[in-house]
Amino acid sequence: MSAEDRTATAAAIAESVRNGKRLAQDVTTAALARARHVDEKEKLNVFLQRADKQAAEFAGRLGAPLERSAHHPLLGVPFAAKDNIAVTGLQVSCGSRILDGYVSPYTATVIDRLRDAGAVLIGKTNLDEFAMGSSTEFSAFGPTRNPIAPDRVPGGSSGGSAAAVAAGVVPIALGSETGGSVRQPAAFCGIVGVKPTYGRVSRHGLVAFGSSLDQIGVFATTVTDAAMTLRAIAGRDDLDATSADVPVPDYMMAEASSLEGIVVGRPAEYFPAELDARIAALCDRAFDRMRSLGAEVRDVTLPHTAMAIPVYYVVAPAEASSNLARFDGVRYGLRVAGDGLRGMYEATRSRGFGPEVTRRILLGTYVLSAGYYDAYYRKAMQVRTLIAGDFRRVFDSGVHVLFTPTTPTPAFPFGSRSDPYEMYLSDIFTCTANLAGIPAMSQPIGRVDGLPAGGQLMAAHFDEARMFSVASALERGLGAEAHA
Amino acid sequence: MSPGHEYEMVVGLEVHVQLKTETKAFCGCRTSFGDPPNTNVCPVCLGLPGALPVLNTHAVDLAVRAALALGCDVQEVSIFARKNYFYPDLPKGYQISQYDRPLATSGKLEIVTRDATPDARRPPKHEARSTVRITRVHMEEDAGKSLHDRFPGVTAIDLNRAGVPLIEIVSEPDMRSAAEAGAYLRTLKQILEYMAVSDVSMEEGSLRVDANVSARRRGEERLGQKTEVKNMNSFSGVERALEVEFARQCAVLDAGGVVEQQTMLWDASTGQVRPARAKEASHDYRYFPDPDLPPLRLDRAHIKESLAQLPELPRARRERVQRVYQLGDYEVDVLTASPALADYFEGVARQHGDAKAAANWVMGEVLAALNATGQTIAHFSVRPRDLADLLNLVRDGTVTHTAGKQIFGVMVKTGDPPADIAKREGLLKVSDDAALRRWLDEALADNPREAERYAAGEKKLQGVLIGAAMKKSKGSADPRRLAQLLAERFGT
Amino acid sequence: MDPGAKAAAAAVTVDDVRHVAMLARLGVSDERARALTRDLNAILEHMAVLARVDTTGIDETAAKADGGMRLRDESAPCVQLASKPEAFAPEMRHGFFIVPRLSSHEDVSA
Repeated sequence: MSAEDRTATAAAIAESVRNGKRLAQDVTTAALARARHVDEKEKLNVFLQRADKQAAEFAGRLGAPLERSAHHPLLGVPFAAKDNIAVTGLQVSCGSRILDGYVSPYTATVIDRLRDAGAVLIGKTNLDEFAMGSSTEFSAFGPTRNPIAPDRVPGGSSGGSAAAVAAGVVPIALGSETGGSVRQPAAFCGIVGVKPTYGRVSRHGLVAFGSSLDQIGVFATTVTDAAMTLRAIAGRDDLDATSADVPVPDYMMAEASSLEGIVVGRPAEYFPAELDARIAALCDRAFDRMRSLGAEVRDVTLPHTAMAIPVYYVVAPAEASSNLARFDGVRYGLRVAGDGLRGMYEATRSRGFGPEVTRRILLGTYVLSAGYYDAYYRKAMQVRTLIAGDFRRVFDSGVHVLFTPTTPTPAFPFGSRSDPYEMYLSDIFTCTANLAGIPAMSQPIGRVDGLPAGGQLMAAHFDEARMFSVASALERGLGAEAHA
Repeated sequence: MSPGHEYEMVVGLEVHVQLKTETKAFCGCRTSFGDPPNTNVCPVCLGLPGALPVLNTHAVDLAVRAALALGCDVQEVSIFARKNYFYPDLPKGYQISQYDRPLATSGKLEIVTRDATPDARRPPKHEARSTVRITRVHMEEDAGKSLHDRFPGVTAIDLNRAGVPLIEIVSEPDMRSAAEAGAYLRTLKQILEYMAVSDVSMEEGSLRVDANVSARRRGEERLGQKTEVKNMNSFSGVERALEVEFARQCAVLDAGGVVEQQTMLWDASTGQVRPARAKEASHDYRYFPDPDLPPLRLDRAHIKESLAQLPELPRARRERVQRVYQLGDYEVDVLTASPALADYFEGVARQHGDAKAAANWVMGEVLAALNATGQTIAHFSVRPRDLADLLNLVRDGTVTHTAGKQIFGVMVKTGDPPADIAKREGLLKVSDDAALRRWLDEALADNPREAERYAAGEKKLQGVLIGAAMKKSKGSADPRRLAQLLAERFGT
Repeated sequence: MDPGAKAAAAAVTVDDVRHVAMLARLGVSDERARALTRDLNAILEHMAVLARVDTTGIDETAAKADGGMRLRDESAPCVQLASKPEAFAPEMRHGFFIVPRLSSHEDVSA
């Protein structure tokens, strides 16, 4: 991308390509050059694989006049995808050694849909191994640096996609969420990150981590771009039995400048006494802006919030232990010889999985094993029902959206979270939405010592339209303050 | 073999049945057999990263049909679970199955146990009726195939079968002999055939049986320690394996020993069972609900409708065939053994009109021909329409009964219509006196002594002489006219 | 006694970790097993709070999608493979995936 493109939105790029001011090939070439630059010169370690050839070919096809239509709302817009989303002809490494050399023979639904909308995939981005982590430090291919503060983590697990957008390589990118893996890096990198309702977006082609929690999400620099991108990928897919048959509204219609009649909930549990005072202050400012736009801010409680991390770290590892059983060296990926079949399994999986993945597989296997299932897995799933009930009660009481900090702290330095549970606490404000299956997003609400801070909006199931409308009003209300 | 009368055999059966769908349980791959290895595969059944299962509607319909036919309560909500274990022909590292919320529960099967090996053409001497309770019917996916002797030193994996839909039918331990177990399996197979849900062929692997067997002292309430017997590939194999394993257990108990909980493998070639080497204690399948598959919901009305649309069950068909065609118990049992045979018989009977004659021909000539040629009734070279035509020719005297049988033999080989064969082979009944006299003369010339004795009044030799004349005519002579001409000849 | 409280009170032993590692087909050295035992105990300590939540009568499947599962039409097409298994398999012969021979091929726990 040229310097001017670095701040150009997806909407602006699509408009300029559609009206012939720019060629999709040129935009793509610039994005690929910028991608090379941030990795080779700035050493951000954003991309695990660039799709130079595929991108150039695809952009070339977009040159045909027939292709330029309103059916292509993202015409010529370059995008990046987290490297746990399958694309024919490209690797899908999941940031792991165990998928060494594996090239996907099929393409995820979300990629097909973005391409149908005219967007151009330029590469696959770095992530914590199998999306297990909150810093991208658990990638087998080294951590990604935060473009805003290169000595700090970009967040995770979708750190590469967040960094690709924050560094101005692409205006939009795809990530995936299990407990906050889009919203947390969006907050750390000062951009918008959206986790849709569970079932809103097809998971076909997303390598599973915690299947009942996983959902593909979107990064963008503006709420409008995020909404446009979500609209392009959302909707029922026959290849995913958990994808919902719920109509996808035109989120762009939801843009609003007034918040008259909107009730914004302020859940006490997300504003504990020990919350970083500077982040609390930025949230207060955001509440003020929303009030001044006409919203009513109402104090609410979500009493089971404290249970979220324990529930999450039972359910997600349990599902992961089963989801990752397929990486056995038999059909694809890494195979390490050992003593017989059993030895091959153990050598392959021990060599292939990194320490955090190993830890979570063992934890998950343990909580599902004979004698512990009821105490851990069943119990956690029951408490999960209670957590979902908290949200239902609040939304049923007339609250339209909830507003909270996205993370308890801004981006932290590399290596500063060595205790696994301390790292798990990074998800404390985000994993509740995954457990309840509701939509949530993070948007920039200011900076703390130059580091971005994110504010989180959560809404009722399939009410992304309302969430976007509040987010876009707040975005306008904050203006330049969102990045100051 | 009858190991001491003081012990009683207790048997429960787990039967896996492949459902007859075109495509797999959770993906659109074909279920056809015999294709080159790993060609009916896709991201889902290969367990590729990112692939998700989506359940086949038709598999659910067939499973529901089977469960209803077995008198089960089909559940409005059932849940698919993951059964986690590593095996190279299990692509995902787990099998999608149903665990604590199965598709259907509490069915039952009425069985009739006969004392001797069933022979289609002879009625049994003694039979006993009993009921076997069915614990549950649940859906699951099949694994692939591991071939251990395809290449030396390695195991070869073919995943064409991986993901083929199965139902598992689990019985209560209600059977008390190997013969009862055999009767249960034959009855179950018959019902599943009638429901057209499966090919139910043990030889081809579309029906697989694991047996749980224990021995207890007669009169005792408590069940003995059971073992699981696997690896049988025919119903009679199951019966033999049960006898052998029961005898082994009785011997252990008689010697004051304790039966160990283990899996036994039946070896049909040696007629022995031996313990599998797997250590049962290490199994921990870590079942949990599959998060990729929301609960399967079937509403009451849909279940009721499926029940109403159930194909005719074997018992109903037996009763109907008996009522409509006025046949005896034994004939009805034989003719309705399979829906294909019953269809065949009814086709012949309807088109010919004389049910008794149709029954005799089907039970006699047709079953014998199937036996001799190895054909199945569904693909039998003589179609019901043609057999009915043949029976018509016999009834209206166009061909003799003897010629009819000869024509049938040709029909089995060629599949040609009977009238064509009769003409071609010169088997139309001849009532022309000149021709009949010629054959009669030849017969008398060939059998001068019998002719003499007949002339002297030994009337019982009429049969021999007519038979000889029939032979001369290759079966085409009208035997009644021949008899008249013979009588005339000797003035009797 | 609440089963949750019971299990949560029990600490994970090195043998537990070895057993679980066996189930998960992860080879772990003794040293690693000890470290993982510490990790798991530290993590599970935080899970103990779950046992104190009253979940009497709470459905554990309610967190999943309501309305039941959408099914696939029998004739719905398959996702096609852009390349044959030979393109990604570690070892194939005559179309078969090849793995080391099982020590006993009846041994279902491999």
